Amino acid sequence: MRLYSGFALLKAGFNGQKNWQSLWRSPEPKPAYDAIIIGAGGHGLGAAYYLAKQHGIRNIAVLEKGWVGGGNTGRNTTIIRSNYLFNESAALYDHAVKLWENLSQTLNYNVMFSQRGVMMLAHNVHDVQVFKRHVHANRCNGVDNEWLSAEQAKVFCPPLNISANMRYPILGAALQRRGGTARHDAVAWGYARAADDLGVDIIENCEVIGIRRDATGAVEAVETSRGLIRTKKLGVSASGHTSVVLGMAGVRLPLESYPLQALVSEPVKPVFPCVVMSNTIHAYISQSDKGELVIGAGTDAYTSYTQRGGLHISSHTLEAICELFPMFRRMRMLRNWGGIVDVTPDRSPIIAKTPVPGLYVNCGWGTGGFKATPGAAHLLAWTMAKDEPHTINAPYTIERFRDGYLIDEAAAAAVAH
Amino acid sequence: MLLIKCPYCGERSELEFSYGGQAHIVRPLIPSDITDEALTEYLYHRDNIKGVQAERWRHLHGCGRFFNAVRDTTTDHFQATYKIGEAQPASGAKSDG
Amino acid sequence: MGNAFRNKDGKYIDYTQILRFTFDGKIYQGYKGDTLASALLANGVHLLGRSFKYHRPRGIVAAGADEPNALVTVQRDHARTTPNVKATQVELYEGLIAESQNRWPNLRFDVGALNTLISNFIPAGFYYKTFMWPRQAWGKFYEPFIRGVAGLGVAPTEADPDRYSQRFAHCDVLVVGAGRAGLAAAMEAAEKGLRVLICDEQNMFGGSLLSNADVQSTESLLQTMEKLHQYSKVTCLKRTIAFGYFPHNMIGLCERLTEHLPNPAKGDVRERLWQVRARHVILATGALERPLVFPGNDRPGVMLAGAARTYLNRYGVLPGKNIACVVGHDNGYLAALELQQAGATIAVIADVRTKPVGRYIEQARQAGLPIRSGMTVTGTGGYRRVRNISVAPIVNGNIDASDTIRCDTVLMTGGYTPSVHLFSQSRGKLEWKSEQNAYIPSQSTENLSSVGSAAGLAGNDRGVIGALPMTNKSTAFVDWQNDVTVKDIDLATREGFHSIEHIKRYTTSGMATDQGKTSNINTLGIVSNILQKPVPEIGLTTFRMPYTPVSFGIFAGFARGDLFDPVRTTPMHSWAIEQNAVFEDVSLWKRARYFPRNSESMNEAVARECLAVRASCGLFDASTLGKIEVVGPDAAEFLNRMYINAWSKLTVGKCRYGVLCREDGFVMDDGVVGRLATDRFHLTTTTGGAARVLAMMEDYLQTEWQDLQVWLTSTTEQWAVIAVQGPRARDIIAPLISGIDISAHAFPHMSIGEGTIHGITMRLMRVSFTGELGYEINVPADHGRAIWEAIYEAGQAHGITPYGTEAMHVLRAEKGYVIIGQETDGTATPDDVGLSWAIGKAKPDYVGKRALIRQAMQAPTRKQLVGLLTLDDQVVLEEGAQICATAANTPPMQLIGHVTSSYYSATLGRSIALAMVAGGRTCYGKTLYVLMPSAAIPVTLTAPVFYDEKGEQVNG
Repeated sequence: MRLYSGFALLKAGFNGQKNWQSLWRSPEPKPAYDAIIIGAGGHGLGAAYYLAKQHGIRNIAVLEKGWVGGGNTGRNTTIIRSNYLFNESAALYDHAVKLWENLSQTLNYNVMFSQRGVMMLAHNVHDVQVFKRHVHANRCNGVDNEWLSAEQAKVFCPPLNISANMRYPILGAALQRRGGTARHDAVAWGYARAADDLGVDIIENCEVIGIRRDATGAVEAVETSRGLIRTKKLGVSASGHTSVVLGMAGVRLPLESYPLQALVSEPVKPVFPCVVMSNTIHAYISQSDKGELVIGAGTDAYTSYTQRGGLHISSHTLEAICELFPMFRRMRMLRNWGGIVDVTPDRSPIIAKTPVPGLYVNCGWGTGGFKATPGAAHLLAWTMAKDEPHTINAPYTIERFRDGYLIDEAAAAAVAH
Repeated sequence: MLLIKCPYCGERSELEFSYGGQAHIVRPLIPSDITDEALTEYLYHRDNIKGVQAERWRHLHGCGRFFNAVRDTTTDHFQATYKIGEAQPASGAKSDG
Repeated sequence: MGNAFRNKDGKYIDYTQILRFTFDGKIYQGYKGDTLASALLANGVHLLGRSFKYHRPRGIVAAGADEPNALVTVQRDHARTTPNVKATQVELYEGLIAESQNRWPNLRFDVGALNTLISNFIPAGFYYKTFMWPRQAWGKFYEPFIRGVAGLGVAPTEADPDRYSQRFAHCDVLVVGAGRAGLAAAMEAAEKGLRVLICDEQNMFGGSLLSNADVQSTESLLQTMEKLHQYSKVTCLKRTIAFGYFPHNMIGLCERLTEHLPNPAKGDVRERLWQVRARHVILATGALERPLVFPGNDRPGVMLAGAARTYLNRYGVLPGKNIACVVGHDNGYLAALELQQAGATIAVIADVRTKPVGRYIEQARQAGLPIRSGMTVTGTGGYRRVRNISVAPIVNGNIDASDTIRCDTVLMTGGYTPSVHLFSQSRGKLEWKSEQNAYIPSQSTENLSSVGSAAGLAGNDRGVIGALPMTNKSTAFVDWQNDVTVKDIDLATREGFHSIEHIKRYTTSGMATDQGKTSNINTLGIVSNILQKPVPEIGLTTFRMPYTPVSFGIFAGFARGDLFDPVRTTPMHSWAIEQNAVFEDVSLWKRARYFPRNSESMNEAVARECLAVRASCGLFDASTLGKIEVVGPDAAEFLNRMYINAWSKLTVGKCRYGVLCREDGFVMDDGVVGRLATDRFHLTTTTGGAARVLAMMEDYLQTEWQDLQVWLTSTTEQWAVIAVQGPRARDIIAPLISGIDISAHAFPHMSIGEGTIHGITMRLMRVSFTGELGYEINVPADHGRAIWEAIYEAGQAHGITPYGTEAMHVLRAEKGYVIIGQETDGTATPDDVGLSWAIGKAKPDYVGKRALIRQAMQAPTRKQLVGLLTLDDQVVLEEGAQICATAANTPPMQLIGHVTSSYYSATLGRSIALAMVAGGRTCYGKTLYVLMPSAAIPVTLTAPVFYDEKGEQVNG
């Protein structure tokens, strides 16, 4: 792999930037691999990278129906934070944030991880109680999160409207300074390049159409649009399509796939210094390095695989944005798009073994999978390599639903009285 | 914003409806008698079909009635809507009854 | 300098109305009918902006929504500032103020242009390869720098005072685009008597007809418009862009109403969102002209040939006087002919095709225009304006020696690309037609049709796509605004980005504010050429809404301030306002939180209110509680199945506290259920849970238990609920009440009855959320305030005191009554919060029963509701604080619970708290620690009840 650096770029400038190589090869699939991962998003590519890098498995393929990073990796609003309430969640997401902090250097690819701070707004007494509970729990779990008054929140984010005349005035905010954003495409490309360098075959335009199991019931091979490929270790990291893929192995999961939208404004000069989220009035916003305001909307009410949501959903989000930042009414929507998010009943992911030997799954990230990318990838790789979960993902089993050990962040945050 | 045909009121905007998830899931008569696995299936497992599925809607801001619909989740096009208690119309791929 | 490039033949210019405007502080003149772009061109101004990355000088390329370069900020005042507006779409008005963007210190001398010098070192995606060392420098240094130079205009800094509105519409036929084909389609539908809505993004209908020189175009347009206006069922919307195609034939339109006015009246709607549901949609969106990709194609003065025709014929503006044309399509000849006719000199027509034939070519020959075919362009000269062009013949596939020709304008055309944006948004399938060099609509999934050039081009009208043969790829721009050159695309493909989606994301081609209207097809052509694959194999990026950028304001519409969300107030709300109550938001409701007297703080007011309730009597507005009337012969059975409690034995006239679980066993809501008759129950829910509870009950009733004869009615807003709580409660209300004997033995705690109060029908419940003797008086909402005041009046002698939600919270916490959503958080079972006594254990079934016997629900380590008493009784714990068995206060700690409610109890003269603690009920008397950043506060675990442990007060 040719090292990326300012110097290399400078050198290449003198010969017209001609000598750069492909970030990853486009190999034909081999007849068999030691491990296969379905889904070339950040999670899947990252898992391949960590399998190769940390677990010594080099004969790996990542199969992708479309193109690298074309799913939710390239469709999200890139928010990264770890100020979750429960011990299990804080451990999981902070594991990811710690990996994010060195990811550009690890991959020798600038993923533009920007710790600009994620601020979550409290609009009523209940919000204040919930966020303070988060702040306390986070501190005790070694995760940074601090409580700000409305005035302090305004200092941190000057465009914020903290007037008492708002329908839901801002009573304060929880700020995680280590939170922020990253360049989503770069994460996929960076992992792809690094994994390819370790010998991982990234095979695009290769749709999985069946999973074959041997007499014992264990995974034996995958049938793909590019032929049969044998493997005894199969990891599925296919976000919205996970239940479709797992269905091929006869595994039923507690997942439903919903459309999730996001949008950007036209680019403007720096005006928005951080990430702001408001769960109560359903909006989140940041500004990309290019200058676009990046705005997330909620999911639609119904399941769908169309990768598009209703206009009323994005309208509702823009209502909230314009209420929080009334100077943005004249800003204009440049692009709107949708992804398919797979949601579990407790809104927490599954990173686990399945009842089928040799079959592993990483799914159920709902609306928040991007922030976990390196963590999820690392844990999926660990679980596949050792055939047992890491202590961090041990609670994130499929069986927790049967036994009632839910990790319900959403319920903990969203119940109003 | 979908256009949904309530079997009682006719075509209305999605804004008047609430979604009710997969249709034809029957609550066990005496749930206490079922196994943990059956409970998990009832509570949490959904077909999540990519394609034609039967699903529930409620005309919340209208007649208030629940009804079922057959919709293709790859296009969001409705093939039929029908009243609770009626059988799913035989159209397209079959979803789990 | 006044209009040196203007003639008198602009067909849609009103030469009698001179308009003055300023651009970058300089005053210019234009006419009514002009756009900012046409007026500036008439004044000889071609330099309008700077590009995104290299800050290269840029001029006007197009005449409409496809303009990539000429972006300006239009400013009425500090708040009404709009960045990134295309000058080609700004209608001129008297006094218009426009500023160029993305330049410093000014447009002519821009420091950022130094980036051009280092362009070799900052190719597409350079930022992924560098800025990684040292690690901290990205956030501290590199990123702030990159952000500073990126971005285009400056966002407004003050709240936008303008109004935006929204409208829903239905029609038989929606026609998008009012050019020749759209107008014909609308006319046909109108003649059939259908409800027609036709819209066009421009300020007048006509589409490409407006750009034609011939008189017939104008006349036929006038006639059509006259006829169309006669149909009453036809709605014509000009200045209206169809920006999005949504499922089931819903189209989003944005109508601009005041942007073209010099002084919009205060309160006028600036823009309106239309959400149109159409039985049939006709897409008559026309075609966009394609630029040519050659070195130096971005200099100010290089323009699309069709745009030049529009400026000439519609606005009476010559883009230049000495014009070179680079053509890949016959339209270029028409432009040359018309401009020559208008007095311009045609320096050269360089046709990139080898043997062009056609009507206009013949005419051009006859007119003696200097035509050279089989040519390419090797470069252009000039800095802020093009001064010359170098053209060279292609001989045997090689670029021959070039000729440099002086000119002040270069017109280019590569042909046309059908506007299939909306069709594609509708999820219709596109099909590549190589004979047209275009994707055209194929199978549609909605009820729509495409007409005119949006449906495909006539015959073999293919023009050229991709890049012209060239040697200097670094200045041949594909995406003008984002500064994407052929070399960038080259690099991307070399680095393995072969999918068009990858190329777009890596080079940012097509991602600028023109959304690739001029660049997408050329990008495809270039990639196709590099990879030696046919265009359809390269793929096609998804077309996404909006077609052109649309204001956030239209989506927000009226939803601002109080209209952001409905405000629900109780019948006694006005009284509370008069009493200076402080309110809190609870779901949509405004609830009085406390009633400060004089300069009381919240704590002082709450203490006074609490003491009054305990000592004499308090008055509380409980109207926000959800209320549901459950009626029918099977009502009791229905409640048996829904609630964890048993209801069959509840006798008429009695109430019971009820708990609802979800099917997964977690507590969802609670409330009081009163039996008014064997077949009639009055039940209450939490304030926030009312709608959820009703929806859940309807769900079970309609879909699971159709055998039950039960009807549910929301009565939340039907009843005003006045809680009278305290030892004097009975004394106060008794004189007002008739029809019920409310003496202690006749109407004990947990009774319900109907009677009158002050002559008004009433449902009276003897219930208590304070632990005191208490009543909840339900009266018809209209009488709520009157009865409230009557009770308040009657209570004066007893010291009756209104109290708010905060005192209510303290009072119930003293008694250990839980609040759903505070003690519970969606992860608590009834047993967790000490409510297992409520479970009807003999019942075979209720919602949640089965789930409650799962492994985790029985675990001894579950968090349980307990009381906490601080050793220092004046220390009030913080709600949400975490609890640990040891005082060690550095992470990681073993957290075993958290404080859910914490108050200073004036009644007890000390602080109290409720908490959820793992296995807490087995540890009463034990010392635990509440961890605060400053210290670990020792607390003693107690039962969750602090006042009147035996519960005698309620029976008073």
